[in-house]
Amino acid sequence: MRTAQRTLTRDAVTIGLAMVAIGASFGAIAIASGLPWWAPSLMSTIVFAGGAQFMAVGLLVAGNPVAAVLAGLLLNARHLPFGLAVAGALGPSLRARLVGAHLMTDEVVAFTLAEDDPARRRRTYWIIGITLFTTWNVGTVLGAAFASVAADPAAFGLDAAFPAGLIALLWPTLRDPATRDVAVAGAAVAVLATPLLPAGLPVLLSLLGLGVLLLRSRKGAAA
Amino acid sequence: MSLVVAIAALAVGTYTMRLAGVLLRERLDLSERVTRILPMAAAALLAALAATATFTEDQAFAGWARPAGVAFGALLAWRRAPFVAVVVGAAAVAAGLRLLGVP
Repeated sequence: MRTAQRTLTRDAVTIGLAMVAIGASFGAIAIASGLPWWAPSLMSTIVFAGGAQFMAVGLLVAGNPVAAVLAGLLLNARHLPFGLAVAGALGPSLRARLVGAHLMTDEVVAFTLAEDDPARRRRTYWIIGITLFTTWNVGTVLGAAFASVAADPAAFGLDAAFPAGLIALLWPTLRDPATRDVAVAGAAVAVLATPLLPAGLPVLLSLLGLGVLLLRSRKGAAA
Repeated sequence: MSLVVAIAALAVGTYTMRLAGVLLRERLDLSERVTRILPMAAAALLAALAATATFTEDQAFAGWARPAGVAFGALLAWRRAPFVAVVVGAAAVAAGLRLLGVP
């Protein structure tokens, strides 16, 4: 149990440091694009969704606030099925759900679903959620303050660190053959759809991967 | 002014979707079958995020350095390396390849 706690702490520190770096690049890019000093921090606090924030900066600077909102919401629609999947980890009280919902991100969901035990799921959700919220906002402030020196995340390979981290978290779940088939099919659909559809839709289309279950059950019935 | 309104609208909409899933989970009387499928749906979404973030940037191919870094990270994950090793290893390979001139 103590080992598990130490692992969780170490993982939280790892992802927290990565979040400071990516948050800093977000803050720096927002300022360099011409947004006022308060805008990146306002987004990191009340929107708190990295992908949508990066996308919204581009569209806001291009003078298209309506597109920024719609595209951001499309990108964030995945949080609804995420909420259905991790609801039990937030805690029973209404306050826990109201506050906990705001902490929901891809990484938090991945960390939480990697745990089996309900008590550990809950601790993981809150520890990772609070860590990410804090470090993302600290990074944003640093990046906005030192916009001229905060570097491109690609220079340090951080763009590869994010998907690799998600894969590491998904790995235990993928040992279940049905889940693996669904996830692989969904990922393939999303990648193939990416050049064709606006951002956000391809990831939602990955839910079509659940169709593999029908094929599997038919195969199971035939066998 | 429209900047504040746009950011606030994005925040309210995002929070609504986050909270909707959490609150609906209890209201909906989900069958055992659907309950079993929910983590799979989340896994499909997360795998799709990882895959699109690995291969694409602005709807086009992201270059080789990033997928190579992610592949190294996935190899480490498969060998049951700790999370920190996966993340740092993936970043190091991608950054190293870029230093060598790989896009």
